Amino acid sequence: MTIQFNDETFRDDYSFRNSDWAIKRFPFPFHEDSYMYSMNAEQHRGGPAGSVFEKRFDVDEHYISEMRDRAIVLDQDPLRCQSLPHMTLAGWDLLELIMVSKSEDYPDLFELYRDGAQWRWVNKPLGIDDTFTFMDETTLPYGPLEYITRQSQGDFALLDQRENNLWMDAGMITTQADWSLDFDIGMNFFEWHAPVPLAHEMGIFKRALKFLMNIQQGAPGRRLNWTMTVNPLLDTSPENYHKWGIQKTSLTPENIGAKQHVRVELQTFYRLPRSNALAFPIRCYLCSFQDLMTVPKWGRRLHRVVRDLPVELATYKGFIDNRPMMLDYLSQFDDGLPTSFGVFPDLDSEPPLQK
Amino acid sequence: MSAAPQKTKSGSETLNVVVSAKVPVTDLVTRFEFTRTDGAPFPPFSGGAHTVVTMQDGDRTRMNAYSLMSDPADLGIYAISVRRDDTGRGGSKFMHEHVAAGDEITITYPVNLFSLDLTAKKHIFFAGGIGITPFMSMIGQLDQIGGNWELHYSARSAALGAYADVLREKYPHKVHLYCDDADQHIPLEAILSGQPLGTHTYVCGPEGMISWVHSTAASLGWPEAHVHSEAFLAPEPGQPFEVRLCKSDKTITVGENESLLEAIERAGVDAPFLCRGGSCGMCETDVVTADGTFLHRDYWLEQEEQAAGKKIMPCVSRFLGGVLELDR
Repeated sequence: MTIQFNDETFRDDYSFRNSDWAIKRFPFPFHEDSYMYSMNAEQHRGGPAGSVFEKRFDVDEHYISEMRDRAIVLDQDPLRCQSLPHMTLAGWDLLELIMVSKSEDYPDLFELYRDGAQWRWVNKPLGIDDTFTFMDETTLPYGPLEYITRQSQGDFALLDQRENNLWMDAGMITTQADWSLDFDIGMNFFEWHAPVPLAHEMGIFKRALKFLMNIQQGAPGRRLNWTMTVNPLLDTSPENYHKWGIQKTSLTPENIGAKQHVRVELQTFYRLPRSNALAFPIRCYLCSFQDLMTVPKWGRRLHRVVRDLPVELATYKGFIDNRPMMLDYLSQFDDGLPTSFGVFPDLDSEPPLQK
Repeated sequence: MSAAPQKTKSGSETLNVVVSAKVPVTDLVTRFEFTRTDGAPFPPFSGGAHTVVTMQDGDRTRMNAYSLMSDPADLGIYAISVRRDDTGRGGSKFMHEHVAAGDEITITYPVNLFSLDLTAKKHIFFAGGIGITPFMSMIGQLDQIGGNWELHYSARSAALGAYADVLREKYPHKVHLYCDDADQHIPLEAILSGQPLGTHTYVCGPEGMISWVHSTAASLGWPEAHVHSEAFLAPEPGQPFEVRLCKSDKTITVGENESLLEAIERAGVDAPFLCRGGSCGMCETDVVTADGTFLHRDYWLEQEEQAAGKKIMPCVSRFLGGVLELDR
């Protein structure tokens, strides 16, 4: 299909909108009526046609506007993209992975021509046509990581694997759920996850680390994570908390349906071939409560999940104060009927709202 | 989550290849070169990676791990070098005697359990015999990115030192060969003393050599994290034993010349694996009940775990005695 790219903003006037197409393919993160941490990972090897799981790197209607937002963030704070010296090779690995994947998965949008180390990269949506020498940084306007991730939706962490651990040694992080690359750079897996409640006690991180260190070339993985964001903000960083944190107090019963968004991360994991590092793309999808309520199954389920979530998690995810108002709103869309298993909308089989 | 649940496959993704060349290197070592059956370029790989080769030996499926020793920059071929071991379980002998140029076989995607630490300021390699193979690709990788390295290579004789001639010709100042028959020995203490801060060292060879490098480095104050080793074990033959696989509801007998993992696979039970050599941890299996003696040979389980008898690594470890029930 041909994608109609939106012209929209993720700041100031918040003109971000999801089309009907984007709502139906939103990666709703709850496969059942309750939520608890789990590694919930599976192989990243395609998915239903048109879903966000289908391609290796999903491109959607927000692409051009998201890249414009990233450029604004980087202009104001260049430290959102960093790469320790030993990670340059991993940066080339990522550039190669994204260029090869996108040119194969979206041949109408992206083209890659390779003649030995001479590469030509054509990005039609962004109007880019560059020729460069693979593995020669001087032939690109930015380092390989920054170059390719200024053209790819989602955040990208590059994790070095050594000493039986993973190290946050490079990344492009501008659409994050309240964490900072500048703070975490150089930390290992346990250090950067230290603030997360409950999961340590559950042994989740030990198992997660083992799983990630065993991700092999040719067999990428994926999982979903989620949180809540008031207004369609991509950049919910600690650096800018003073700008966006206050917006959480702007919710009213009248505007909550439009302003409150579920924020979903499609996290994927790739073993990088030349550096043996791990690429960790974190793609952010936003959808307003009122758009989600157009899918009856999601309306029923979201109410139940938010209602039953442990206090620690609602606190950590930053919406404990707004939870009562959320529940007032969401309860209108829960008629108590059972829901079908799995994350998909099931519009044909799930009954409409019975109240 | 699940979008489209797909069962995780045991082992790695595989590649169909043709043996494009079979080249004798020394009296004991033969190099096998592969091209892809579909003509596509190989996936790039990192120095120190291995591939698992599947060999169809009559009714028996053999899977052995070998270091990729071709130049990582060359995506046209993969190469491995196999030392013939006449006393082992027969995998290397099968490769030498029955695999020929033109044969089509299956290998896995590269897996790297012995990668370069790219934060290192300098890399020192110690190779013993066929342990030279992972360093061939590591050297290729460092050559490409301009890394600082040196190699100390111990062999029985110059004639048996596979690739010593090629390496010495290409890197005369970085490669040092020590031959047993000339009574030459690696001056390990002298080499490990006085290296610049940030140096990492890597050893691949017989078990005795690996522990020698580890203990010498430790006694000289090297940080443990700067000493890397690759210790692939081949499964050893042993007395046959019987195992009950609870989940699959099957009872199997592990033969004298096969590993527990191979016996599980032979029974049609899918079991996870990667290295098949006791080091990656992938095949770790829970013990339900056991009455007998475990012969743990892996490098994965902690000593206390081995002693507790609650887990076994079926790729290399065995069991003696009456009853063994596994959660598989």
